[in-house]
Amino acid sequence: MTIPGFNRRKFLGQATIVPLAAATSASAQQVGGHAGHGAAAHDGNNMVMGEVDYVKNGFDPHKVLTDFDTGTASTDAQGRRVREWTVTAIDHEFEVAPGITFAGWTYNGRVPGPTLRCTEGEFLRIRFVNGSTHPHTMHFHGIHAARMDGVPGAGLVQPGGEFTYEFEAKPFGCHLYHCHALPLKRHIHKGLYGAFIVDPDPVRHPEAQEKAASRLLGSPENAGWQEFIMVMNGFDTNFDDENEFYAVNSIPFAYFNKPIRIERSRPVRIYLVNITEFDPINSFHLHAHFFDFYDHGTTLQPTHRTIDTVMMCQAQRGILEFSYADHEPGIYMFHAHQSEFAELGWMSHFEVV
Amino acid sequence: MANRWLLAIPAVLLVAVVALLLWWRPLDTLSAGAPPVEEAAIEAVRLTPGMISVDIRTDGSEPVQIAQIQVDGAYRTFTAESERTGAWLGKTRFNIPYPWILGEAHALAFITSTGAIIEHDIEIAQQTPVLDGNNLEMLGLVGILLGIVPVALGLLAWPAMRNISRGTLGFLLALTVGLLAFLFIDTIGEGLEEAEKVIGRLHGTVLFWSLLGATALTLLALGRRGGHAPEGMRLAFFIALGIGLHNLGEGLAVGAALAAGSAALATFLVIGFTIHNVTEGIGIAAPLAEERPSLAIFAGLALLAGAPAIVGTLLGTQAVSPLWITVCFAIGAGAILQVIIEVAALLARRTGTGLITPQVVSGAVAGLAIMYGTALLV
Repeated sequence: MTIPGFNRRKFLGQATIVPLAAATSASAQQVGGHAGHGAAAHDGNNMVMGEVDYVKNGFDPHKVLTDFDTGTASTDAQGRRVREWTVTAIDHEFEVAPGITFAGWTYNGRVPGPTLRCTEGEFLRIRFVNGSTHPHTMHFHGIHAARMDGVPGAGLVQPGGEFTYEFEAKPFGCHLYHCHALPLKRHIHKGLYGAFIVDPDPVRHPEAQEKAASRLLGSPENAGWQEFIMVMNGFDTNFDDENEFYAVNSIPFAYFNKPIRIERSRPVRIYLVNITEFDPINSFHLHAHFFDFYDHGTTLQPTHRTIDTVMMCQAQRGILEFSYADHEPGIYMFHAHQSEFAELGWMSHFEVV
Repeated sequence: MANRWLLAIPAVLLVAVVALLLWWRPLDTLSAGAPPVEEAAIEAVRLTPGMISVDIRTDGSEPVQIAQIQVDGAYRTFTAESERTGAWLGKTRFNIPYPWILGEAHALAFITSTGAIIEHDIEIAQQTPVLDGNNLEMLGLVGILLGIVPVALGLLAWPAMRNISRGTLGFLLALTVGLLAFLFIDTIGEGLEEAEKVIGRLHGTVLFWSLLGATALTLLALGRRGGHAPEGMRLAFFIALGIGLHNLGEGLAVGAALAAGSAALATFLVIGFTIHNVTEGIGIAAPLAEERPSLAIFAGLALLAGAPAIVGTLLGTQAVSPLWITVCFAIGAGAILQVIIEVAALLARRTGTGLITPQVVSGAVAGLAIMYGTALLV
């Protein structure tokens, strides 16, 4: 506490602290509330107050988890598999945490943008329409020509304009796309990013055909998996280049208050992307369990086996695989293992049934 | 008489101009796209076991809504009690259950609906003293030591002042002026520091100077009601009143410091103030050198000058808002200004040759020096 009108005696604050309480009140020795831990209602809790209006926002983090956008698939004259999407940039003010609005820039009115999912080898055509009041791009992390890179000079779209990005889906893995217009920090943290998943084609991977098939959306081998997309992000609401809120899929504490339901009998696969701006790294820590990790998802063999924490720089991503088959049912926590991020919203629960 | 009705013309026209601006709104393009202006002042923080309570006064172009609260960089659940919800200059109390730790620092951040942040640091966490038997006794004692004891000790110098030479008395009165000048500057400094914390629209600094002037003028008028300037007993009364009002502010500051955990050297703080304030008693006694007041009058003067310190100390521990502390200091400074003027006037009348005599100058300098020297103790 600043000491009201007390400059003459300011040095007192720097001196050794002999609490007034010692002289005044025996009960003051017990302050601090360490007694009564566990009585959350009385002690308060690490949480935001109130509820975000997902209907008004136009996106629901619980639906974002499993909302894979496969676009429109067809076969062209040359017999090539073609997949197409239309993505629109929209200025969209949404509730970033209960009662707090954020003037976001979005793909399709949601943050993260649509999770574009395809199969390796397909020819992709992404028609990008700029309905925003600022120039934007879609810069894909993948393999493509320079003129398809979605940077100033190659696919920068002015307000009202459009551009179609075309390239082959490769390499297979867990990727992302984001706006690469300048200034870059601002265009990213305003909300212009999304996941881009390229499933492996089992035919191309005879050495690990079954594994590849389990990752191919729609295959019988994939049907048993519980797959989730989780984009680790943050929001700087007062423009001081520090995030006030952290989350997976934008809404702080969304999966803390309403856990993600997991069936014990089915394995879990998480497509994890880090797009957190301002902070050098983010992380994912799973409680009471360990997982296999595929960095960038570009291999069919884990790059890390049996770990419970993974650290990622911005734009790093990967696939986590684990199963609760041998666990007892219950509420299992997962969160960033930067305690700061966890306490500012990146704190979640699985409800294992 | 009839001409007074003409005053209605500018009044009616002013209403018309305001109404036109509100209806036509030609200035709205200026603020198009601009986020609302938000201002908030943290007025009081109270700590009770397991609970942090914060009073926030808000102002802005739209009602300021505090949506979330962080304590030490973590979002926390809370309850809010509003006097008037989010309204213009509305005040809200937020109760945040939190296991705060005695003697450590805690950081508060209030996030408004626009994502703006109001920050406040608790530098040393200390329970806000509950005014129960023990604390009342202890804080009362602090107030007595701060106010009544030194003034009474100073008044005890009175017998020695009798039968002193005219020149020595002039020196003593000038010493009083010096002492009062020190208190005046000190009170202004503390008052202005407090005024800075008052929310913008309430214009703390203007309020401080206006109240200071109004208090001094009112007391000057009251003192000279009989047609002549106060001397003797009446002057002693006004000096005691001015010092008493100053001690009210001083008590508030000491109480707040004790509550805020700056009680590190509580004993030394009180000893320092006791020595420092003895000079105040001498100042009150000086105009009485040629009078024969009863013991009851001395007791009354000691109470008038000293008792407000007790009230101030008790109130100060209860997180008083900066607005009221500013008001206290302004009234205190105004009252001191009045007695400076009156004691100086008395000196001028006594010397007859103008104020700049060796006794007066050395007295005033001695007063300032003693106050400064003893202030080093606190």
